[in-house]
Amino acid sequence: MKNPIEHLNKAFDSRIRLGIMSALCVNEEVNFNDLKELVQATDGNLASHLKALEEHAYIKVQKGFIGRKTNTTYSVTRSGEKAFKSHLDALEQMIRSVG
Amino acid sequence: MFIGENVWRIEKYLFTLYFKVLFMENKNQHLDTLHDIKQMMERSSRFISLSGLSGIAAGICALAGAWYTSTQIQPAQTGDYQGTSRLIYEGDPQLKTTLLEIAIVTFVAAAISSFLFTYLRSKKTHTPIWGATAQRLMFNMSIPLIVGGLVIYRMLEFRFFGMIAPACLLFYGLGLVNASKYTLGEVRYLGYALLVLGIINLWMVGYGLYFWAMGFGVLHIVYGVWMWLKYERTVTSEQ
Repeated sequence: MKNPIEHLNKAFDSRIRLGIMSALCVNEEVNFNDLKELVQATDGNLASHLKALEEHAYIKVQKGFIGRKTNTTYSVTRSGEKAFKSHLDALEQMIRSVG
Repeated sequence: MFIGENVWRIEKYLFTLYFKVLFMENKNQHLDTLHDIKQMMERSSRFISLSGLSGIAAGICALAGAWYTSTQIQPAQTGDYQGTSRLIYEGDPQLKTTLLEIAIVTFVAAAISSFLFTYLRSKKTHTPIWGATAQRLMFNMSIPLIVGGLVIYRMLEFRFFGMIAPACLLFYGLGLVNASKYTLGEVRYLGYALLVLGIINLWMVGYGLYFWAMGFGVLHIVYGVWMWLKYERTVTSEQ
């Protein structure tokens, strides 16, 4: 039997990462604080998930300043969008095959 | 030997049952995941804290303003509402200032009360009142409104008084249609309704106040009640 979860991407294996990817896919860019508000995570937790996604080259980081305050914004990369889409397709297929 | 086979069968049965249950749970879990993703996409791209109560409050302010306006212009009125334009045209600075004052007070009251309810709602939904989504909503809403404001200002200068009410309705309707992509999608229907009213009003000049009360008052209230029933009441009953 085919492994039903072979197409599920391990990199999206948490609520926070799913949240990050969902938000970035429908927005050109989202800054750190808005992401934090959206996924309801602590600074450190969010940062480590962002780091992991960045290492997969699924998202890219732009560091900037608003006045003196740092303003870090994130956006999704081409490969990130593709990977997330196939992850969603895999999820959908699994639900179909079971239901 | 038979017993052995039986045991194997039962084991197999239990095994499949176990897997079925596991997959059922998995299914729900994946459905939840998809639901979360959808919600996250909406929350991050649309300003969803817009409260139905804000619509109701703004509508009540508009009706109150329209009613007060009608009491002010009635005494000087000559039968129909075109009388108003004639009145202003012939130059009654007193009435003109009164009307302008009513307009400003109505606008400020509507803005404050609708902000208040949306602010309370944003506290409840944990979305920032002035976050990226709210800014985008305001920006896209204000493009048609600012242009409309300039057009109406020129109309006032040229004394096209009969066109002011339809212009208000039309530009506000366009603003709503434009903004609906960045907030609750139903705003679009409110926009369409205002556009229809505005267009009818273009051919029924002189009845502006009625159309104005209908569009900014009644329609806002209807929309607000609809949104409140659809989104907010269920939320409060869940909690």
